[in-house]
Amino acid sequence: MMNEKKAADPAATKPPVKDWLNKEFLFTAVHEYAMFIALILIAIFFQWRTDGVLLQPINISKLIMQNSYILILAIGMLPCILTGDIDLSVGSVLAVIGAIAGTLIVNMGMGVGVTTVICLAVGLLIGAWQGFWVAFVRVPSFIVTLGGMLLFRGMTMVILDGNTLSPFPTSYQFVAQRFLSDVPMFAAIPYSTILIGVLVAVFCAYLELRDYQQKIEYNVPAGTRTALIARIAAIAFVSVFSTYWLTQFKGLPIVLILLAFLIAFYSFICRRTVFGRHVYALGGNERATQLSGIKTKWVRFIVFVNMGLMAAVAGLVFSARLNCAAPSAGTGFELDAIAACYIGGASATGGVGTIVGAVVGGLVMGVLNNGMSILGIGIDWQQGIKGLVLLAAVAFDIYNQRNKR
Amino acid sequence: MPKILLEMKEIVKEFAGGVRALDRVNIQVEEGSIHALVGENGAGKSTLMNVLSGIYPYGSYEGSIAYDGGECRFATIRDSEARGIVIIHQELALIPYLSIMENIFLGNEQAVHGFINWGKCRREAIKLMERVGLNELPDLPVNKLGVGKQQLVEIAKALSKNVKLLILDEPTASLNDDDSQKLLDLICELREKWGMTAIIISHKLNEITQIADRITVLRDGKTIETLEKGKDDFTEDRIIRGMVGRAITDRYPARGECPVGDVVFEVKNWNVESPYIVGKMAVKDVNFYVRRGEVVGIAGLMGAGRTELAMSLFGKAYGRNITGQIFKNGEEIKINSVSDAIRHGIAYVTEDRKGSGLVLIESIRENTTLPTLPRLADRGIINLHREVRVAEKYMDKLHIKAPGIYQKTGNLSGGNQQKVMLARWIYADPDVLILDEPTRGIDVGAKYEIYCIINELAKAGKSVIVISSELPEVLGVSDRIYVMNEGRFVGELSREDASQESVMRCIMQSNTQQSEANGGKKNDE
Repeated sequence: MMNEKKAADPAATKPPVKDWLNKEFLFTAVHEYAMFIALILIAIFFQWRTDGVLLQPINISKLIMQNSYILILAIGMLPCILTGDIDLSVGSVLAVIGAIAGTLIVNMGMGVGVTTVICLAVGLLIGAWQGFWVAFVRVPSFIVTLGGMLLFRGMTMVILDGNTLSPFPTSYQFVAQRFLSDVPMFAAIPYSTILIGVLVAVFCAYLELRDYQQKIEYNVPAGTRTALIARIAAIAFVSVFSTYWLTQFKGLPIVLILLAFLIAFYSFICRRTVFGRHVYALGGNERATQLSGIKTKWVRFIVFVNMGLMAAVAGLVFSARLNCAAPSAGTGFELDAIAACYIGGASATGGVGTIVGAVVGGLVMGVLNNGMSILGIGIDWQQGIKGLVLLAAVAFDIYNQRNKR
Repeated sequence: MPKILLEMKEIVKEFAGGVRALDRVNIQVEEGSIHALVGENGAGKSTLMNVLSGIYPYGSYEGSIAYDGGECRFATIRDSEARGIVIIHQELALIPYLSIMENIFLGNEQAVHGFINWGKCRREAIKLMERVGLNELPDLPVNKLGVGKQQLVEIAKALSKNVKLLILDEPTASLNDDDSQKLLDLICELREKWGMTAIIISHKLNEITQIADRITVLRDGKTIETLEKGKDDFTEDRIIRGMVGRAITDRYPARGECPVGDVVFEVKNWNVESPYIVGKMAVKDVNFYVRRGEVVGIAGLMGAGRTELAMSLFGKAYGRNITGQIFKNGEEIKINSVSDAIRHGIAYVTEDRKGSGLVLIESIRENTTLPTLPRLADRGIINLHREVRVAEKYMDKLHIKAPGIYQKTGNLSGGNQQKVMLARWIYADPDVLILDEPTRGIDVGAKYEIYCIINELAKAGKSVIVISSELPEVLGVSDRIYVMNEGRFVGELSREDASQESVMRCIMQSNTQQSEANGGKKNDE
């Protein structure tokens, strides 16, 4: 009787499988790239309305540098949201790191290198502090980080005593304000920025090829060769052209290199590592993850420690960019970072979301801000429009999910 | 000639991606009858009822629904409820902290100008509770009730909406035999006294043959046949043949030659305190062992402490103040966490697929490899291609029916979900497998396949512990049976000695001993 069933199976289920795969594939493609498409449309719209100012090399450089710290926060925030948590304290943590850096460098005259190490360590400690309460004592993250938001804002004010510290030495500002051509080693090389673009393209092509070969080796559907070549060509074009475009101004901003590294690194962690998988599983079903022998408390703890580190990095970049440490620095940044994740397709209940999505979400807001500023729309309207975009993006996501069922 | 209350004609329902869940289904329900709907999981029973009740609105399916002399085009559940069609889902939709009467009138409050008339509410609630035989205070929160009584609250709620056609989806799946019988009696009584019509979806064929007037069998989204009491062969075997399209001569496959080896796993003096109620012992002084290649059943009623025992053994995932010893291959092992348990070759397949088994938003692939990822990884980096191969291999091996390994487990039928969990733990390659209610809420065909898997595991030299509330199942698959009652092991029976009667006798005897020991004090629930 088992045989009978088996014999009937291939005939009955095989054709619809293929059909289903194609449709499903299209569906997920539209769903997955929806925000990316939206980003392009928004960019085209503002490019048109601003008479081509938006995509000028100088403006793009500015856009990246202005939004870098929000994007760094969003990269740290995404894992928190994946586990079903949230971190409201990152704006305050960013401020306290700036304040510490300001005190150490401006007031005490310590070296930039030592200060950076101390600040990152403090970020880790803050992350561990909040992670402890969230993961081990099981206080809801909303409450722990709401407390943290007040606590670290207060700490900032105490450290700065109400003053704004400035200026920082130029070496401190390097990460946030300088370009690749400012590095002596690269300044000597003509078109060093484009060279980087080419190197990135080659590296990506290598990864694609290796993946393709492995797929064949493991007998996993690998797609056609044409698709592979098209993919590699697209990657090469985008990376070379965008670096070429940046050379029209001052070349590659240093902070973009940092960002690209963080995006690549955390995407890899999320998609390819055991730890990343555990984060997703924990957000999807905590009990099931525990019963699979995964130490969910530690997973959650590490996610928060990492968030602290990212907030510290953002704090360094932000204070370097503004060239001062102010008591009110970073107010409301947590909400921008959270909004970036949600706009980028993360689920509020956890378990769904990508690093690239969060970055795209952050860029959507960044381009909106920048475009509207160029058009002379006031900050009041900008806020309102950003709010509507967040709502629309999430509503669209939910609508999409429902249709999928 | 009795009146036809409901006629669904040529119903076709397709889901995104071209999955055809219903393929020209026809069903006629006579007024005042009890109509059973049976079929394997994924046969389309629930989909059909969702079409009927307006969860899938008019326009999202093809075909016509004639009800009570008119055509129905329901856009929402409210529309169908207004016509007296009420559906009670398998997962009860009660608000735990609200009282019985508040739950009964939820969405239908006894209010004047938006202010609730509590006097009327209480009076009407008591009337309804009398009708369903629920003898409790109307302002008791429903989370203080057992599942059986909660089911009665749901029925009272349906009655408050002037139900004419009551649809029950697996009403007895989580009830014990006693409560199940009471519920079935109630349905018959409602029909006799009030002329209510009922459609019952159930996998428990013995119940269906007992109360149904007609049985419609669905298979793969098609109507196969409708059997009528008194006219057609109304036996369980006949129904099974319709459901699976073949006769299952033996519901429990024979294992064949399979020598039982040495004792692999042994538990001594195991005690577990309930984490919720201080001083209450969920497991009391349990001793047992399992040999290599042996299937040991743990029988008992709901709440006997079997799941608690299993989970406390599985890395102390349940309970506190756990004492006792665990031996594996004769050596004592210390297990303090789930990962310790897995490392020592113990696996636990939970009874609660959705709550604590699967990550429903993730795919078959991710669910299959969840506990064993490090094995597929090099320095923490997963080899995704190898993972795909593993997932495909196990999907094939366990006959998981899905369009592919990227299918979300939340979209699978119960039987296939169960197989994904089995795939996960079989790939983990444990020595001792604890299966907790491995066939709960799944259909006959899938059950058979799972029994086959259990046999194969035993043949491969694994020690399998099967926990089940269905006595025939425990008797059918086990080499040896422990009987558990109120946290204790109250009997050990060999395959030859075990029968439904002998198991029940063990439980009853222990109950009398218990009540004697307690000075005849009535045991509270």
